[in-house]
Amino acid sequence: MQLRKHTLAATAVLGLALAGTAFADPAEDTLEVTTDDGVITLVTTAPAPDHLKDVFDTIWSGWHFRDDTTRDMQRDDFDNPSMVFVDRGLDSWNEAQGKGGESCAGCHQGPETMAGLRAVTPRVDAKTGKLMIVEDYINSCVTERMGLEPWGVTGNKMKDMLSLISLQSRGMVQNVAIDGPAAPFWEQGKEIYYTRYGQLEMSCANCHEDNYGKYIRSDHLSQGQVNGFPLYRLKDAGMVTAQQRFVGCVRDTRAETFKAGGPEFKALELYVASRGNGLSIEGVGVRH
Amino acid sequence: MAKDAKPRVKVPASAKAGEVITIKALISHQMESGQRKGADGNLIPRSIINRFTCDLNGQNVIDVTIEPAVSTNPYFEFDARVDAAGDIKFTWYDDDGSVYEDVKSIKIA
Repeated sequence: MQLRKHTLAATAVLGLALAGTAFADPAEDTLEVTTDDGVITLVTTAPAPDHLKDVFDTIWSGWHFRDDTTRDMQRDDFDNPSMVFVDRGLDSWNEAQGKGGESCAGCHQGPETMAGLRAVTPRVDAKTGKLMIVEDYINSCVTERMGLEPWGVTGNKMKDMLSLISLQSRGMVQNVAIDGPAAPFWEQGKEIYYTRYGQLEMSCANCHEDNYGKYIRSDHLSQGQVNGFPLYRLKDAGMVTAQQRFVGCVRDTRAETFKAGGPEFKALELYVASRGNGLSIEGVGVRH
Repeated sequence: MAKDAKPRVKVPASAKAGEVITIKALISHQMESGQRKGADGNLIPRSIINRFTCDLNGQNVIDVTIEPAVSTNPYFEFDARVDAAGDIKFTWYDDDGSVYEDVKSIKIA
C-alpha cells in the first residue's frame, strides 16, 4: 500500500505542474518562408476584423500555436512536406485527363492564373448563386469541361490540386466577402459555429474562442483559423483540408457530423475564413 | 514503378572551391513496411526504397541502405565538400527494381 500512496502523491504533484502550464500564449515569431523566388514574409497575426472586434483584439494563425520544430518546417519550401503534394498537383494540372483529352493547363495555362482565388473563397458564384469553395470550382471544371465523374471532395486527386491552387495565393491576405449575396451563408456559418454539437455538447467557440491558448489534453488550442489550409498534418502524413478538419472537430464532440463539402460545412468555412480576414494565405501549411 | 515516386533535391547553384555544402534530397514514396495488414487481414507486401546514393563528379558521397522502419517520403540531409564544378547525381533504388535519378549541376564561384 505504501507504493500506492507514493503513486497518488506523485500524480497529485504532476497534476499541479500541468495545471500551472495549462496556458501557453501563441509563440512570438515571424514566418519568413524561403521559396524558389526568394524569401517572403507572411502575415500570421493581425488586428481582428470588424465583425469580430467584440470577441478578439488580435487574430493569430494556427502556426503560432505549434511548437518550434513544426513551425520551422514551414519556413523552407524544401522542408515543407506539403510540396510533395503540390508537385503531384502540378503533374495532374498538366495531364490530359479529360474525356476529350482536356487538361487544366489547356484552358488556364499555368497554375499561377489561379492566384488570388484561395484568398477570396468561399464566395458566392455570381451566375448560380451557389456558395463555392475551391473544391467546387475544381469539380465544376472536372465535370463540365472535362466530362468526368466528380472527384471525391477529400480524395487525393482533389487535395493535390487544391494544394497547388492554394499555393498560388500564398502571401495574399485572406479577404472573403460576408455581405451581399454571401450574407445568408455567413449567418448560417455563424449559427453553426456557436451551436453545441454532440454528446459533449461543444461548439467551435468553446475551444477556439473561449479557450484558445490552453491545452485540451496535449493539444494546444488555436483560434481555429483556416488561412493555413490545406496543410500537411504530421500525424496523418498527408494533406488535410479545412472541410476535413471540420469533420474531425465535430466528430470529436461525439456527434454525427455534416458531410465534407456539404452546404453546412461550406457555410462554416465561409464564416471561419471571415474570422481570419487579414491573415495571409499560407498556401500549404504544416501542423502536427 | 511505384506510383507517385518523385524526387526533389536542393543543392546550392554555386560554391567556393573546397567549400562544404548542405545537400537535401527527398523522394515521395509510400514506404510500405511489409508489417501492416490491409482491410482483408492479409499482410500488405513490402514496397520501399532500399538504397539511396549520391555521387559528385563520379565520386561517391553517400551510400545509404534504407530499412523498412524509415517513414514515408524519405528525406536525407548531408554535407559534402566541393572541390570542382560538376554534376551531383542522386539515385534511389526501389524494391520493385525501379531506379529513380536526378542530377543537379554546381558551379565554382
